[in-house]
Amino acid sequence: MARPRTAKAPDRFSLALVQFAPTKGDVAANFAGVGDALSALAETRKPFPDVVVFPETALSGYFVEGGVRDVAMQTSVVAERLNSIAAKALGRARPKFDIVVGFYENDLGKLYNSALYATLGRVPTVLHVHRKLFLPTYGVFDEERFVSRGRAIEVFATQHGRAAILICEDAVHSLSAIVAALNGAEIIYVPSASPGRGLENAEPSNVKMWREILQVAAAEHGMFFAYAGLVGFEGGKGFTGASKLIGPFGDLRVEAPFLGTALVRAAVNLEDVGVARAALPALGDLESNLAELTDQLRNR
Amino acid sequence: MKFRTLQANGKPGDELAIDVTLAERWLVAFLRDELVRRRRMTKAVVGVSGGVDSAVVAHLCAKALGPANVLGVCMPYKTSSGPSRRHGELVIRETGIRGLTIDISDAVDGYLRCEPAASPQRRGNAMARMRMIVLFDQSAKIGGLPVGTGNKSERMFGYFTWHADDSPPINPIGDLFKTQVWALARHLGVPRQIVNKPATADLIRGQTDEEDLGITYELADRILRRILMGYTPDDIIAQGFDPGDVRLVASRVAATHWKRHLATTAMISTTAINEYYLRPVDY
Repeated sequence: MARPRTAKAPDRFSLALVQFAPTKGDVAANFAGVGDALSALAETRKPFPDVVVFPETALSGYFVEGGVRDVAMQTSVVAERLNSIAAKALGRARPKFDIVVGFYENDLGKLYNSALYATLGRVPTVLHVHRKLFLPTYGVFDEERFVSRGRAIEVFATQHGRAAILICEDAVHSLSAIVAALNGAEIIYVPSASPGRGLENAEPSNVKMWREILQVAAAEHGMFFAYAGLVGFEGGKGFTGASKLIGPFGDLRVEAPFLGTALVRAAVNLEDVGVARAALPALGDLESNLAELTDQLRNR
Repeated sequence: MKFRTLQANGKPGDELAIDVTLAERWLVAFLRDELVRRRRMTKAVVGVSGGVDSAVVAHLCAKALGPANVLGVCMPYKTSSGPSRRHGELVIRETGIRGLTIDISDAVDGYLRCEPAASPQRRGNAMARMRMIVLFDQSAKIGGLPVGTGNKSERMFGYFTWHADDSPPINPIGDLFKTQVWALARHLGVPRQIVNKPATADLIRGQTDEEDLGITYELADRILRRILMGYTPDDIIAQGFDPGDVRLVASRVAATHWKRHLATTAMISTTAINEYYLRPVDY
C-alpha cells in the first residue's frame, strides 16, 4: 500500500544545495554566511527554493576536536538564529521555506553531530533533528572521541514529501538507506563533510565513491538523495563539495564542482519516486523478504 | 564451448601514479585557502635550493598567489655546489617570483668557530637551521609565511633536520612521495636539468640522497607506500621485494617517528596541551 505523504503535499518542489565553506570555530560568522547564501538565492529571478540544504557542521567547521563544546548549540537556539538570519537576509516579504543545516548539538551537556530540518517563517518549526549514528573514528577522523552517537534513523513528514536525514557516513552504510526507505522516505538529505583523498584519477577518489554509493542506493530504493558537501581546507584537509541531487532512477541530475563554494538548484518531482519503484520494485521485493532476512540477522 | 581465460596479475600499472593536473589544482587551492582565506596572508616565502622539491613549491606558490607575491630565497653556504646555485636562480627566473640571495656562510661559520670540531652532520644541521632563521625573518619582513618543501619520502625516512626543514607552518608537498614530486615537476614545467639530476641535500660536498639512504627513491617509495598501507615487512618481502631493502626502509621509518612530532612534554595534569586540551591547528 502506498504510504501517504503529508496532507496536501505538493509533488513538486524546488531545492537548493549550498556548498558552504565555514569559518573554523566562528559560529557568528557562519550564521552570517548562511544569510549570505539565502540572500544570493533570493537575488536570482527564480522563485526562492522550497528547501535549502547546508552541509554537515556548517555552523562551525568539521575538525574542531575538543572545541566541540565551544561551538555546540541547542537545536532550539539554532532554529531561532536561523530564523532571525533568514528574516534579516530576505526581508519582510520573505517566503516560508524549509532548511536543513548540519551543526554540533549540545543537548543538556551531551554533544552530537546533528542536522535539523526546520520550516522557517514567522516562528521556526523544527520538524526533525537527526543525530549522526556512524561516527568515523579512524585515520583522519576522530568523531567518537568528541561526540556521542545518535540512535535512530527516522522518517518525518514535511510539506515536500516524507524525508530522512543521513549525515555523511550514515549514508555510506547501505542499511541506513534501507531503514529510511522501508519507513517511507521519498527523499534523503545528506549533509556531508568529506575530506578529499586519492588523487590517482581526474577527481579525488572520495568524490567518485560518494556518487556511486548514492546512485546505487537511489536506484535500489527509488528515492531522491540530496547531498550537500562542505568545502574549504581545514588544517590541510580539503573537503570535496560535489553537492548533488540524485534521482530515484539512480540518475545524477546535477553535481557541483568538488572545489569551491556553490549554490546548486534543482527541481524535484516526487512522482518520480512512484514511477521508479514501479519500474524497479526492489523495495517491494525487499519488504516481502524482510521478515526472513531479519530473522537470519537476529539468529547469527 | 570455448572460454576466454582472464587472470588478475595483481600488478597495477603504476601504483604511485597521480593525476598531476588534479594534484596541481588541489595544491594551488590548498595554498590559497590556507594562506589567504584562513590566515589572511597574501605573501609566501620559499627557500629555493636548486632542487626539485623547492622548485615545485615555488611553481605552486606562484600559481596560487601570483609570482609578485612569492619571495624565493637562495641561501648558499660556501660549500654549496655550483649547480645548486645556478638552478636556484633558474627557478626564480622561470617562475617569475621575486628573488633574494642571502649567503649563510658568515652566520653559520660564526657559530662553528666555537665548535671547530663539529662533524659534517652537525655542520649540515647548523646550515639547515640557519636557513630557517632566514626564511622566518624574511617572512616577518614582508608579512608573509614560509612554505615548506619537505616531501613524504624524506619525512618517512626522517631524512631532514628536525625543527629546520620541517618547521614552515604549511607544506603543499608533504604528502607526495619523491617520485610523485618528480611527476608533478615535469607537469609544471620545472626545467629538466633540475628534475633529472640526483637529489641532494647539498649539506656535504658530493652527497646525494640515494647514496645517503642506501636505496633509490623509485624503490623506496614502493616499499614506503606498502608500509603506510599497513603491510608488514614479511608481507612486503613476500610480494617480491629484496629483504635487505625492506628492512632498510622499515628500520629508518621505525627509528624516526619522533621526528614527525613536536617535543615530548611531561604530562602532570588533566589539562595537558594536545593530550587533554585538544584544538586543531586552524581553530
